[in-house]
Amino acid sequence: MSSETKIQTRKVKGGSIFRNQIFIPVAALLLLALFNLIADPSFYKITLGYNSTGDPVLSGYLMTILDYGSELAILAIGMTLVTAASGGQDISVGAAIAIAGSVILRVLCGHDSRPETLQAPIIVAFLVACVVAMLFGAFNGALVAYFKIQPMVATLILFTAGRSIAAWINNNELPIISDPSFAIYGGFIPGIPIPTPFFIAMICVVITMLALKFTNLGLYTQAVGINESSSKLNGLNPAFIKFLSFVLLGLCVAVAGLIKVSRLSSINYSVIAKDIEMDAILAVALGGNSLGGGKFNMLASILGAYVIQFLTTTLYKFNVQSDALPAYKAVVVIALVVMSTPKAREFMSKIGKKLKPAERSVA
Amino acid sequence: MNEQSVLEMRGIYKSFPGVKALQNVDFTLREGEIHALMGENGAGKSTLIKVLTGVYSKDEGDIFLKGIENAVVIHSPQDAQKVGISTVYQEITLCPNLTVAENMFIGRGTGVIQDWKNMNKDADKILMSLGIPAVSTQQLASCSLAVQQMVAIARAVDMDCKVLILDEPTSSLDEQEVQKLFGLMRDLKKKGVGIIFVTHFLDQVYEVCDRITVLRDGQLVGEYEIKDLPRVKLVAKMLGKEMDDMSDIKSDAKTYEAKDKSDVVFEAKDLVSDAGIRPFDFHIEKGEVNGFTGLLGSGRSECVRAIFGADRVLGGEVKKNGKPIKISKPIDAMKNGIAYLPEDRKVDGIIGDLSVRENIILALQVMKGFFKPFTKAQAYAFAEEYIKALNIKTASADTPIKSLSGGNQQKVILARWLLTHPDYLILDEPTRGIDVGTKVDIQKLVLKLASEGMSITFISSETDEMLRTCSRLIVMRDRKVVGELKGDELTQGKIMSTIAGGENG
Repeated sequence: MSSETKIQTRKVKGGSIFRNQIFIPVAALLLLALFNLIADPSFYKITLGYNSTGDPVLSGYLMTILDYGSELAILAIGMTLVTAASGGQDISVGAAIAIAGSVILRVLCGHDSRPETLQAPIIVAFLVACVVAMLFGAFNGALVAYFKIQPMVATLILFTAGRSIAAWINNNELPIISDPSFAIYGGFIPGIPIPTPFFIAMICVVITMLALKFTNLGLYTQAVGINESSSKLNGLNPAFIKFLSFVLLGLCVAVAGLIKVSRLSSINYSVIAKDIEMDAILAVALGGNSLGGGKFNMLASILGAYVIQFLTTTLYKFNVQSDALPAYKAVVVIALVVMSTPKAREFMSKIGKKLKPAERSVA
Repeated sequence: MNEQSVLEMRGIYKSFPGVKALQNVDFTLREGEIHALMGENGAGKSTLIKVLTGVYSKDEGDIFLKGIENAVVIHSPQDAQKVGISTVYQEITLCPNLTVAENMFIGRGTGVIQDWKNMNKDADKILMSLGIPAVSTQQLASCSLAVQQMVAIARAVDMDCKVLILDEPTSSLDEQEVQKLFGLMRDLKKKGVGIIFVTHFLDQVYEVCDRITVLRDGQLVGEYEIKDLPRVKLVAKMLGKEMDDMSDIKSDAKTYEAKDKSDVVFEAKDLVSDAGIRPFDFHIEKGEVNGFTGLLGSGRSECVRAIFGADRVLGGEVKKNGKPIKISKPIDAMKNGIAYLPEDRKVDGIIGDLSVRENIILALQVMKGFFKPFTKAQAYAFAEEYIKALNIKTASADTPIKSLSGGNQQKVILARWLLTHPDYLILDEPTRGIDVGTKVDIQKLVLKLASEGMSITFISSETDEMLRTCSRLIVMRDRKVVGELKGDELTQGKIMSTIAGGENG
């Protein structure tokens, strides 16, 4: 064997920012930000006001994005794991949020649908919702991992049935919680002017990052998503890891469900979290993650979620009719997704190289 | 351009960031010849082929084809096909669930309407004329690998190709199938097709080729008539030095016998899995290198997969160091100090998108547990150690493994298992499809590890490789163990006769 250390051909150079995965959501965000700046700078106006209970709250479009982007970000965490491990997506998260929300209200209300006081501590209601959502996640996961059904088809079942189940949990009544302490999770903590969902999302992000750092969750899900057969020969249990990813998504669903029902202090079974699964999947895609599974970048997905919300809010700002919204979104999404393909990035990378020829000498 | 030539490539340059993959390479293919393109992994063979077929665009140089005045411009595989250059790759790239005829004509029609009747008739005609044992209406998956390979060639040939590139077509075929393929290649040669044959099997080169072009480190070493270049010289040219490594290995093998090896490390009795093998007995001693031999499909891999728990184990008793153990899945085997390098590197070995580092630490990491990840520093230290020890050619520990050459990918998988410090290492075809230099490296490493006390089972399709490394061979035929050879019995002839069976001698 020759002793010289030769550098391998087709070397991947990681230095270019255009090839970095986080570049995609960042570029999309900058683009949207720039558009708003030019079209109407008042988009960025934030005002300090007081809400009905007399607490200071910040309001403005940016706050809306932080607020509503947060539940999406929480879902994107779970969706990223499911995508990476199973190579497919869970389309039942909207319906599952309805179930989780319904469970929370049921536990808090007890037998009376309009209780004066809470019938159980909120934490108990939340934990019950977590268990229920994880069970439904386990149901999806079992279909995918052990019965080898395609994720979209497997989750179609819950997608179809979920909202009916949610209504059934509360005997088709619409419970209303009047206790103000429940409104905190989807609103504001007294004295803190930033929306609570943002803090909840940040806690979830921190926990996720710690989990990725201090466990092998990332390595295992990626290995299974890239090469199942090889993972098995390395001692992993691919079916269990796929199953686990769906259960973890269930946990994310429960958290998002809490925020959703807290916002209204009530629930509307057919409207709550409607079409949120598409936004969650888009967040993963916009993060530059392959929807075919394998390698993922969690921060890029989370950022992707806020970018999706940025887009939605921008469209609302410009008075796009709510039923026309998806069409506009689709156009923007096509542009973003095309931009995120390796081909387009290669092209941009080339342009970048031409602009700064001196800087790119190969080390 | 020369009268006889069908293809000439002149002064081809191609570089990738940081690497000059091809430097001033010339290549000439004559009409009606089979021309071997040889070189170690990373020598530039694949790059040259990819430049020719338009997968890569060349930096400099010209390509001339017979009958075309000016240099041809090839930007894509479609362009290449239009000018009569077709490629058949190592892995079958057809659709197994379509019929033979559909595979031959798919994507070639100009209109929307397909004339099914004539398509099948045409396909049968072509298959007949090339002597390919397949029927047009048969589903491709029902054909043997060799026939599938031949259908791919038939498809290429029918597209009026003047230059046919065969990239490692024989690596998944057994001896008989290879002969059938060679028959087809000789027929095509008579019809005037120029064939470029890329392979790692020296025997096959000398059996079927007319001329050889040797590349090394992206440069042309030379172009030779086959009769002027004996094997030893060819190997020397590929490696760029006089080859004494081969003899080294032999002398190593002799010293190996003198070692102490009394303890049985692993023992199996009546072991059977759901992969269709008959129950078999097996044992291996400390510091021993043994091997399973037999034709492709005789059950060699299935035996070792049963030992490692890769297939579902249906019965049998297993002992490690004399103590009974239970292996029902790979992790059980790993925890008992058994490591398994699988036969199919791409499907069962590498995790393509993950880095070299992650690929190296994976098995040890899984053994260590979900909640105890290695720190980045530890992982880098492990990776760097083995990249150096096994001389793995990679840009860095962070490079995705899929961008390494085959031989280096194999070394990474080997590193993965060595890192777990097994007592018993199973290597299933560790040298398939990799270059001569790396082959010798791996054989040497096997003997070195054994001399340090590791027990190793070595499986290879190349008998001489097994003879060089193993001190005991278990012979298989039709999914059962039919014999065991050691000492003086270890000769090519004896192995062949045991595999063939029938006579006792």
